[in-house]
Amino acid sequence: MSETILTISLGYAQIALALAGCLVGTRILRGPRAQDRVLALDSLYVSIMLLFLVTGMQLGTAFFFEAAMIISIIGFVSSVALAKFLFRGEVIE
Amino acid sequence: MSPLATVPLIVAIPVAFFVVLGATLTLIGALGFARLTSFYDRLHAPTLATSWGTGATIIASALMFSFIDGRVILHEFVIGFCIVLTTPVTLMMLGRAALMRDRTEGSDALPEDMRRRRDPAADTPAGD
Amino acid sequence: MSRLFPHPVLSVALVFLWLMLTRFSLGYLILGTVLSLVAGWAYSALHSAKPRIRRWSAIPRLIGTLFLDIIRSNVAVTRLLLTEGRSGRQSAFIRVPLQITSGNSLAVLAIILTATPGTAWVEYETETGVLTLHIFDAAETDHYHDVIRNTYEPMLMEIFE
Repeated sequence: MSETILTISLGYAQIALALAGCLVGTRILRGPRAQDRVLALDSLYVSIMLLFLVTGMQLGTAFFFEAAMIISIIGFVSSVALAKFLFRGEVIE
Repeated sequence: MSPLATVPLIVAIPVAFFVVLGATLTLIGALGFARLTSFYDRLHAPTLATSWGTGATIIASALMFSFIDGRVILHEFVIGFCIVLTTPVTLMMLGRAALMRDRTEGSDALPEDMRRRRDPAADTPAGD
Repeated sequence: MSRLFPHPVLSVALVFLWLMLTRFSLGYLILGTVLSLVAGWAYSALHSAKPRIRRWSAIPRLIGTLFLDIIRSNVAVTRLLLTEGRSGRQSAFIRVPLQITSGNSLAVLAIILTATPGTAWVEYETETGVLTLHIFDAAETDHYHDVIRNTYEPMLMEIFE
């Protein structure tokens, strides 16, 4: 019984998060401006991080947790670097 | 036997609830992100995923692994902590970068009174 | 004492982080404590200004208020996103004059406002102390003015200033 509930809800969550990643991905492709793409990349990182967490729960291993944490940290660093680039890189120089 | 079958029903129901809640909020945020038309509107959509989208998923994960391993597992909350502290930094910087770029180009995404900075003397960012 | 623990809050938080990421045992506790002390020294070498917290008792109240506010605005933004295009929602930039001036309380206010769906921090003018926010639903302008001025600012002033 509990296995059925968990399988269904985790399966739903995986589909929903993958769909969220795809929707955010269309924004990376569509733009229209650089800041839209950076913001989309940041949300893509969050969606994929949540997808990793949910997959880890479905498989019952704590392995995916480390991956999720690394994704969240790298996502932060890269988004900040890109935002900083938008500040200084393109417009002023 | 799969690890999911060892979870008692009384835990499985809140876990399922939180997982579905988190995934749905993230999906709604992404949907809004794809549909909204202006950048400043889109700045709000990811906060759904980073507040309760992440929050609900890590609560579910912590609950489930605590029962599977038979001890209290809190390391999921490190991710939550990390997300809560880092997302505002990213969003603030992106918001200010977008504002600066829009001002430089005189974009019509900004209302009339926002097109110029009121006092251009100091450009020190707040909170740095 | 303050030479040994230049940043007690940071060090304690790091020990907790270490114990959360590993599993609790005496060895990890000692290792984590040593690492957090080293991190505290390194941090004080990099950044000597110390955040001074005056009233600890206001912090749980702030966290509680923030928690409820995040739930409330999650519901509001979800509803607006689902009815997008039909509800006639308009977003707006609002300007809020702030009384708090210290960097720490401004940083915490920035985290609060950005973590809450529906508000985004756009600009803060240091000279005039005016904050420009972008809000998702222009109909809630008064609500946000009220929340910032009457809820968060007094709490932050109590904690930091």
